[in-house]
Amino acid sequence: MNSMIIAGLLLVLLGLSYQTGWSKGRGLSAANSGVNVHSRPQYHAARVAIWTLVPALVILALWMAFGPGITRGYIVSQIPVDILTALDQGGLTATIQRIGALASGYGVAGEIQPFEQSAADALRNFQTITFLAMIAAAAGLAILALLYARSRISPRLRARNDVEVVITTLLIFCSAVAIMTTIGIVLSLASEALRFFSFINPVDFFFGTVWNPSFSTTATQDYGDYGLLPLLTGTLWVAAIASLVAVPIGLMTAIYLSQYAPRRVRAVIKPVIEILAGIPTIVYGFFALVTVGPFLAGVGNVIGVDISATSALTAGLVMGIMIIPFISSLSDDILNQVPLAMRDGSYGLGATQSETIRNVLLPAALPGIVGAFLLAVSRAIGETMIVVLAAGNSPVLRGTPLEPISTITVSIVNQLTGDSDFAGPQSLVAFALGLTLFVITLLLNIVALYIVRRFREQYE
Amino acid sequence: MTNTENAKMDMVASKIMTTQQSVSAAMNPIDSLERQLRLTARDVTVHYGAKQALHGISIDIPDRAVTSFIGPSGCGKSTFLRCINRMNDTIEGARVGGTIKLDGEDIYDPSLDVVELRARIGMVFQKPNPFPKSIFDNVAYGPRIHGLAKSKADLEEIVVSSLRKAGLFEEVKDRLSEPGTGLSGGQQQRLCIARAIAVGPEVILMDEPCSALDPIATAIIEELIDELRENYTIVIVTHSMQQAARVSQKTAFFHLGNLIEHGDTEDIFTNPVNKQTQDYIMGRIG
Repeated sequence: MNSMIIAGLLLVLLGLSYQTGWSKGRGLSAANSGVNVHSRPQYHAARVAIWTLVPALVILALWMAFGPGITRGYIVSQIPVDILTALDQGGLTATIQRIGALASGYGVAGEIQPFEQSAADALRNFQTITFLAMIAAAAGLAILALLYARSRISPRLRARNDVEVVITTLLIFCSAVAIMTTIGIVLSLASEALRFFSFINPVDFFFGTVWNPSFSTTATQDYGDYGLLPLLTGTLWVAAIASLVAVPIGLMTAIYLSQYAPRRVRAVIKPVIEILAGIPTIVYGFFALVTVGPFLAGVGNVIGVDISATSALTAGLVMGIMIIPFISSLSDDILNQVPLAMRDGSYGLGATQSETIRNVLLPAALPGIVGAFLLAVSRAIGETMIVVLAAGNSPVLRGTPLEPISTITVSIVNQLTGDSDFAGPQSLVAFALGLTLFVITLLLNIVALYIVRRFREQYE
Repeated sequence: MTNTENAKMDMVASKIMTTQQSVSAAMNPIDSLERQLRLTARDVTVHYGAKQALHGISIDIPDRAVTSFIGPSGCGKSTFLRCINRMNDTIEGARVGGTIKLDGEDIYDPSLDVVELRARIGMVFQKPNPFPKSIFDNVAYGPRIHGLAKSKADLEEIVVSSLRKAGLFEEVKDRLSEPGTGLSGGQQQRLCIARAIAVGPEVILMDEPCSALDPIATAIIEELIDELRENYTIVIVTHSMQQAARVSQKTAFFHLGNLIEHGDTEDIFTNPVNKQTQDYIMGRIG
């Protein structure tokens, strides 16, 4: 109800201010023939609207920020002093919640004490009054701002420039949101990882070869072993197998699509391949678990090699298929970016199609293709669902991909599911693992971006 | 202005003068003597999908001379040029009809290998398009794919002599391993000419080779074209009528996919038979 009123108020203000600014802005050129009017009417309108809405929004924001604190203080002031002193911290919070619930009309469980009822009544009045006051303040300030902004409209007013500044600010703010989120995530990962390292020596973590966290959170000092290496090698096995599958297939698909396929074939094949990227990873995961794994184990039986049904090989193969579209689609775009003049130059010298691709197109596109490959690999390294299901969840250091392994992502899932208590290393290790993963993919991305940028400069 | 800049200007000025001299040589009537024919085209048509771009072109192109194709944009002169080394094959939906014979051999005959054909007919494009490789590798590209050099020394000799013929060697001899894309526009275009010469072609096709270059680089290329015609059959598409008059002995005027008139350059420019040719040369159309 309240939010509807606020939205309605803002809409009315918006319409009113825009219309006011527009009509006055439009009148300018008629009233001042001969004077050069700086801005067109819609800029005057937008400027008035901004002037009107910003103060109202500031008031609303203040209310949202400080409203709950003020309400809480008011409730506390309504609780009789003798009861207040008898309550501990938890009891106070519970009482405040009960009063708040009573005031909103939802009702509470258990017997309502008289002081609660009277406090709730008082609170209801208080809330109505503060809300109305807030609305009045917002609307009043908005109207004042509107009148001021309107009075400023003149032929030489640089409304367009002002509006552009506001739009620029808005755009900067939006991009700042993404940057701030990234920084926040990194900081929280880092600080929690530091807490983990207060339990476990970083050397034992980064160079330990045994992964065996103890699950008992009540254990005295024995937290178990947190060696990263088994997980890291598992992750690298899977990523390496995935790349071995995806790079040749993806690259050759891209070459076929960009150089050989007739336009109509390409128009069909490209979207179909991109569907691969849209399949949920959990579907790939159970596909790996129920089909690919048993098939590989069967093949192993026939050729006399012991292949486990859930292994780095199974997970890597399926993940390779998953990242084919990343490589093929990006490489295809990159090959198409190579100027036609390069191709023509090679054909003009009597080179065949495959000679042209080998000697001119691929070298020219190579940096971009490497960039595509690194993006796909960082995707593979961060992938979780397929390995959870198909890699065997066995965090042991292995020298062959034919046995069950575990990866960094899988261990994060294991450490955080179930009862987790963020006081011990059992859960905190997830942050250290997450940070490790983040650093690996970040490095890959930086390398990829660097290479892609160099590629771009080559023709300009 | 520094001394080196002065010297550079002097050099350019002398180059322009020699170009003017060779232009007057090109206009000399001795060039209208009958020559051995190299290329003969009969009723050549080109369709791009449903659109017809060329309507029955028939023309003879003489050996060891420069033939220029002129005409307004979209008149089909580049399209016809690209028929001669079958570059239109690489364009999806392009169909070529009629016959083009190189030394009496039909180049569209199924038994003829297009790769061999393109080795015999080199091409220089509108925009200089060196590969993103070193200067040496750019020129060595053709000899390598065709296996023309028996040894490393052999290959070096081909590269150096091609760069010399293209008049570029002296400028780049100390930096053959640097990327070809780092040269100036005019040098890049001469590199592309060297690259084409290195394969040992008989015919060189040039598709507006100077349209992306400044007047000084253009003068140098025109001079080079004039030298090259002693050994090669050259066909050049150009937007500039002055260029056609300066470098070519034969001129063909295209308009709307038709060959309107062709003959000795001097005749076309001083005494055109066709009204359209006259209008174009006088600057009334196009």
